[in-house]
Amino acid sequence: MSDMKPRSDSTPASPERRRFVGAATATAAGLAIAPGVMLYEVAHGRAEDQAASSAVRWGMLVDATKCATGCNDCVSACSTENGWTPVAESKHPKQAPQWIRKLELQDPLTQMETNLPMMCQHCAEPPCVDVCPTGASFKRADGIVLVNRHTCIGCRYCMMACPYKARSLVHEPLNDTQKPDVPRGIGCVEACTFCVQKVDRGDGNTACAEACTAAGHNALVFGDMNDPESEISKRLRELPTKQVRADLNLNLGVRYHGI
Amino acid sequence: MAGKMKRLLALGAVVLTTAALAWAGSEAQPRTGGAPKPVIAKAVKGEQCVEDNDYMRRNHMKVLNHHRDETVLEGIRTKKYSLKECINCHASEKTGSVAAAKDDFCVSCHSYAAVKIDCFDCHSTKPQGPMAMHPLNAETAHYKHKLAAQATSKVSAEEMAGVAQ
Repeated sequence: MSDMKPRSDSTPASPERRRFVGAATATAAGLAIAPGVMLYEVAHGRAEDQAASSAVRWGMLVDATKCATGCNDCVSACSTENGWTPVAESKHPKQAPQWIRKLELQDPLTQMETNLPMMCQHCAEPPCVDVCPTGASFKRADGIVLVNRHTCIGCRYCMMACPYKARSLVHEPLNDTQKPDVPRGIGCVEACTFCVQKVDRGDGNTACAEACTAAGHNALVFGDMNDPESEISKRLRELPTKQVRADLNLNLGVRYHGI
Repeated sequence: MAGKMKRLLALGAVVLTTAALAWAGSEAQPRTGGAPKPVIAKAVKGEQCVEDNDYMRRNHMKVLNHHRDETVLEGIRTKKYSLKECINCHASEKTGSVAAAKDDFCVSCHSYAAVKIDCFDCHSTKPQGPMAMHPLNAETAHYKHKLAAQATSKVSAEEMAGVAQ
């Protein structure tokens, strides 16, 4: 009898306890795995059916001290990847689309020259999104500012609102010269997409940064600014960087060093 | 008298014209059929579409539009219902495109139904990757240069509109 009692007491408690222990172990394992999972995701991109997440913020560091005079590799890599005609080859250079451009600046007092690429700065508070009358201009969860060409009416308010002259309008029919991964067309505004097709594929880099590294300049670093272990975060911690027109308080995704 | 003559002449003219028109009409429009029926070529790649043919014929834009919003706004790039995958399978062997020629997969039905396609103002009509790499062209790689030449021939907006309407 005395044997029976504790057994009958422990019997109902045991599955409960087992369940609790199981849950506790799973939670502990989840915590232990979570950082590893994050690293894996950052390195290899997210699953195909997973939406872009705000846990990531894509950004770029431009080291103007390493950007070479006369080098145009980032611009041509962008045009090849995204299928826009280089301005020099365009019939109408003044209205040719330009996703990224090289700037050469000179200090009028000291004659010091600075080289840097200028493109969409992927603001956290993008003025182009504020002014868009149709909602075509939008910021994706992972911080990439894009144009939804299905709703863009080509009014060009965003081009006027952008402090960086980053956007252009496609004026001419493109006659099926687009890349299958990069749809773009007449009557729509467009700009740098941080190579969103490459990011979604899991490349974790942009065409311009790849070209800059290939050329040996290493002036462009692309990565997740939210991940403290990413190369860009490490470099941003070490280098003094500036945002262009920081006075506008737009919290830019592109940071410049050496300007 | 002159009035009566005039009336008769006029009547004769009307009868003649009507007869002539009827005759000409019967010549110009053979009784056998109206507009030429669409040519639906079998997809070069794959056996079965992502849904039944009947469902896809009626609802392809419904699924494409839904997928489009997910892809553009959220970055979800699954293959099922992706326009790129439609093109990968259905690009014609001759033109390497879904909308370059009158008989190409998309244009064929759309011209019959008189529904204009806007997709290809922005989207490429050709499969991804170099021509030789595409399974469509694996066997036809020896006339790759021909395909490339055809692929670069441009479809003007007017031509496209003419086909579609």
